Amino acid sequence: MSELLKNTIRFILFILVQVFILFKMPPLHRFITPYLYFLFILWLPFNLSRASLTLIGFIFGLSLDYFSKTPGLHAAACTLIAYVRPFIIGLLISQEGADKNYISPSIVSMGWAPYATYVIVLTLLHHTWLVLLEWMNFGSFMYFLGKVVASTAVSLLLILLTELLFYRKQKFRTNTI
Amino acid sequence: MRNVFLFIRRHFNFLFFLVLQMIALSFLFRYNKFHEAAFMNVSTEITGRINEKYNGIEYYFQLKKTNESLVRENLRLRQQLKENYEAPDSARRLIRDTIKVDSGKSILKYTILEAKVVNNTTASQTNYLTIHRGFAQQVRTNMGVIGPQGIVGTVVNVSENFATVMSLLHRQYKAVVKLKNGEERGTIEWDGLSPLFVTLKDIPKSAKVAKGDTVVTSQISSKFPADIMVGTVFEIVPDNTSNFYTLKIRPATNFFNIEYVYVIDNTQYDEQKRLEDSTSKKVQ
Repeated sequence: MSELLKNTIRFILFILVQVFILFKMPPLHRFITPYLYFLFILWLPFNLSRASLTLIGFIFGLSLDYFSKTPGLHAAACTLIAYVRPFIIGLLISQEGADKNYISPSIVSMGWAPYATYVIVLTLLHHTWLVLLEWMNFGSFMYFLGKVVASTAVSLLLILLTELLFYRKQKFRTNTI
Repeated sequence: MRNVFLFIRRHFNFLFFLVLQMIALSFLFRYNKFHEAAFMNVSTEITGRINEKYNGIEYYFQLKKTNESLVRENLRLRQQLKENYEAPDSARRLIRDTIKVDSGKSILKYTILEAKVVNNTTASQTNYLTIHRGFAQQVRTNMGVIGPQGIVGTVVNVSENFATVMSLLHRQYKAVVKLKNGEERGTIEWDGLSPLFVTLKDIPKSAKVAKGDTVVTSQISSKFPADIMVGTVFEIVPDNTSNFYTLKIRPATNFFNIEYVYVIDNTQYDEQKRLEDSTSKKVQ
């Protein structure tokens, strides 16, 4: 399957799962909103240019927004993590040229610890920006802090489950440069 | 000039990011104020269609509860029938004191449209319902929406065949309601803490309030007819610093399994609004 087709299917699936499963769940607590959809941006291939990555983030966030009737909220957060992503990868990539030899970020291509750091930093960034924007309209500082921490914890758990359930095989590609 | 282009080329990614971020934020702030955004009509239509597909499946799981709530509503209405009353005294005559729709067209203020709920959230801080009835079926913005048990929200956005309703469980939702005994008016809103409770404010402490008291709509809101169930008082939150009560209300509507709603069309809403707007202009 080509990368474009794979990512298009992922785009649709992540939105549908977020809208019709995770948003439909009865709320556990007001601090907890289970977010998983932004994993799509974390899984995008290495070789995308930074401008197109930012644009994909924007479009992806906006399509979720039209479902949840919050135009701009998720789009802003997704644009931010899509823009920051290349910097984090540049810092964390351990092997020389791993971003050339593998297709997309994963445990196999980056290693356990760097990949975990990558996921945690971007999840935290996404949630902080998202809840900050929500907090500007209503809520208190406790709401902001509590929701960022609780939602990040739940998101990380969901990401861990997804990584274990849908193990992504990554082939080592040679002669890429 | 050359330097400007060089600067743009050099920092293209960052500037592009800033532009997208700015677009997103302008969408968001505009929507929070006016509840409109670019492509909102088209997107309501598209997401409405997808939601309808999903609801087609989900609806089967709710059939039993929906049936029960509709039967209970039917029962309540049947108890108001004239035929239920019969006096043993034949000198007493019973006169139906309701206005027929046909003969009373000029004084008919509210007409009711039924609608199917195709999407509903309760988990977020800004909850909306999507109903399968839109501009082509006479739904307009600012119409009130009630369910079989009580009030549900207000229409905020309308596309060709779908409409989005701001739920009572929305941080920006406000409606004027009153206590059933005593008629004191207050404002109902949601504090975002739990989808099971809403807050009633601005009821003066001179009012007599007890746990379990009924809260109904007031004609002041002009979106709902008077005396439609809103909820019951669950708790009186103690607050000695204020002259007004803060009441925790349990909404009558069960937002977790609502499948059918009624959209209320106030035929004199535009006229009232025009008059009030022109008055406020005159006073200035």
